[in-house]
Amino acid sequence: MKQAVFRNRWLPYGLVAPQVAITLVFFFWPAVDCLRLSLYRSSPFGDRLIFVGLDNFQKLFTDPAYLRSAITTFVFSFLVTVVGMGLALLLAALANAKIRGLAVYRTLLLWPYGIAPAVAGIIWLFIFHPSYGILPYLLSFVTAYQFNWFLKGWVAMVLITAAAIWKQFGYNLAFYLAGLQGIPGSVLEAASVDGAGPIRRFFSMSFPLLSPVTFFLFTLNMTFAFFETFGLVHSVTQGGPGDATSIMVYKAWKDGFEGLQLGLSAAQSVVLMVVVILLTAFQFRYAEKKVVY
Amino acid sequence: MRRTRQPSTAAAAALVLLSAVFVLAPAPALAKTEIHFWHAMTGVLGERVNEIASKFNATQNDYEVKAIYKGDYTTTLNAAVAAYRAKQPPHVVQVFEVGTQTMLSSGAVYPVYQLVKDNGVSIDWNDLIGPVKSYYSTAGNLSSMAFNSSTPILYYNKDLVKKAGLPDKPPATWAEVESTAKKIVGAGAKCGFSTAWPSWVLMENMHGWHDQPFADKSNGFDGLAMTLKINGPFGVKMMELLARGSKEGWYTYNGRGPKGEANMGAGECGIFISSSAYIAGLTRASEGKFTWATGSLPHMEGFPQGNSIIGGATLWVMKGAKPEEYKGVAQFFKYLASTENQAWWAGVTGYLPISTAAVKALEASGHFQKNPNQLTAIKQMNSGKTTPSSQGIRLGNFVSIRDAIEEQMENIFSGKKTPKQGLDDAVAKSNDILKDFAALYK
Repeated sequence: MKQAVFRNRWLPYGLVAPQVAITLVFFFWPAVDCLRLSLYRSSPFGDRLIFVGLDNFQKLFTDPAYLRSAITTFVFSFLVTVVGMGLALLLAALANAKIRGLAVYRTLLLWPYGIAPAVAGIIWLFIFHPSYGILPYLLSFVTAYQFNWFLKGWVAMVLITAAAIWKQFGYNLAFYLAGLQGIPGSVLEAASVDGAGPIRRFFSMSFPLLSPVTFFLFTLNMTFAFFETFGLVHSVTQGGPGDATSIMVYKAWKDGFEGLQLGLSAAQSVVLMVVVILLTAFQFRYAEKKVVY
Repeated sequence: MRRTRQPSTAAAAALVLLSAVFVLAPAPALAKTEIHFWHAMTGVLGERVNEIASKFNATQNDYEVKAIYKGDYTTTLNAAVAAYRAKQPPHVVQVFEVGTQTMLSSGAVYPVYQLVKDNGVSIDWNDLIGPVKSYYSTAGNLSSMAFNSSTPILYYNKDLVKKAGLPDKPPATWAEVESTAKKIVGAGAKCGFSTAWPSWVLMENMHGWHDQPFADKSNGFDGLAMTLKINGPFGVKMMELLARGSKEGWYTYNGRGPKGEANMGAGECGIFISSSAYIAGLTRASEGKFTWATGSLPHMEGFPQGNSIIGGATLWVMKGAKPEEYKGVAQFFKYLASTENQAWWAGVTGYLPISTAAVKALEASGHFQKNPNQLTAIKQMNSGKTTPSSQGIRLGNFVSIRDAIEEQMENIFSGKKTPKQGLDDAVAKSNDILKDFAALYK
């Protein structure tokens, strides 16, 4: 890599300073404060701050509700990532074909990404709400089964998973589409000449060539499912019914900002931070070796 | 890596910044003393709160009350917490009833009776209606300014009752609720019986209404409560009835908070229980669509008569302001407590008139003849007996406890857990929360 040369030796530091300052103030400072707070039991108004060591963590790991929340989060994130990416890849392959009205299809498929998670949640709420949603109303003509996700945990889970997949769909599709278009036509043509059908061409040529995209999207979708689905859960299920959709990030918010147990909430944030650091490290360490650039 | 930042820290920073913006707003020269009043009232109620502030501001020249909407009750409380921690608290903050113990223990509040006394203002606290006074007093002294209080009452859809061929009167007992709801569903309605605020209506109020203890230490009024009592015979019986109702289809669970009101407002439910403050909302929702009336809460045979418990919010004065500002707060409260303001507020909102004088003023003006439903809650509370179990509930971190209870109610109604098991689990979780809270203040 070519090294840039600066005449003034302070200029480069000055140029990166704003970014460093922002990172320090908005990331490192809260993160360190969060670490500190996780070792305390704090009263809501902050007048009592009792050092409890690792009590908050011990409490978390012995609380069946927290373990359930962890399982829910992993199942949810896995489904959102794998199903979401699978569908996006499938549709990207189809949208990559030369068909009439392609631009229209592509635009429509990319649309959902432009919507904020909370807004997406509200849209889904209007479609699926047991009493004023349009879908349950239509379903009531066909079946007597009540898809009341105020009480049925699995329905609620399917609902937010589907909403999260839909929300992230455009993003995944855009990257896969770009990836597919970056594959040289000559490679695929050569494969055709060798007698490979479209499915064989896809799995033996396109899919391996897309591995950098897949790797990138996997990391991104996992983080999306872990953190950015908060707005969706908050607007649709509020973690219920029971605690069926109480994902970790939602629980951390709820314990901290509704329950005002800031120490416990900080401990949950620390756990989440560690999980994501591990996840990312793991991906870069192992998954990246299998990636062909 | 920025993504690993939690919403909690981000939101905390945002809250502090936001509160700072309001508090640091420069005061104009020779200005009136500003009083910041943070509240959680939206829609029509929010407009009424602004009206109170501007009416008070017009009565004098020394103080200016600024009513600032901060979000729902939880958000408003959080904003106050963040502002207090940043040493920029508002003067007055509206906190819902479940936050009472949190506020009392916080060490961050200036008790209202003290504030009023210190500033030479006189308010006749003895004129307050019993349940309001008992809920918010400590050792007979009012800790926060009573503002908006309501209590659950029963609503019924007259059209659906008529369609089911039933007489036009509210069911008086739970057995009648069941038989009526069954017939209403039998006549083709989507929902026989439902409620809003599941824990507040079906657990907290039903325990009070039947004189059953909700928690130890007289529901937390004689010291910090450590144990919930809701898994006793009464609680189990109540949950068994509703679990059966859910299974048989005459009871519909419609979610937490006020969500169920959407179903009642759409004309789907025959019988419904919610806050008396829902009168205004239901009047608007039902206009030109269906007719309805109200009645007292249903009674469960074999259990004594207690009283219903109030909900809503009160105004808390935060520590850390200047003496002249507190003087203004005291004046503002004097205005709030005036019979004229109380009667007006109750009349336009459907909240309870909280002083006897306001009730009399409304009676004298013929208000209740025109709005008979607004009398239901008052009659209900007067017919009940206020006992240690029905004076109110004061629990540390009640917000989380309500959550734990509603979580288990959902598990019970969906048949995932038996009533006893669900309530036992709710109690175990709640006791844990109470223990944590007590550990802070020992």
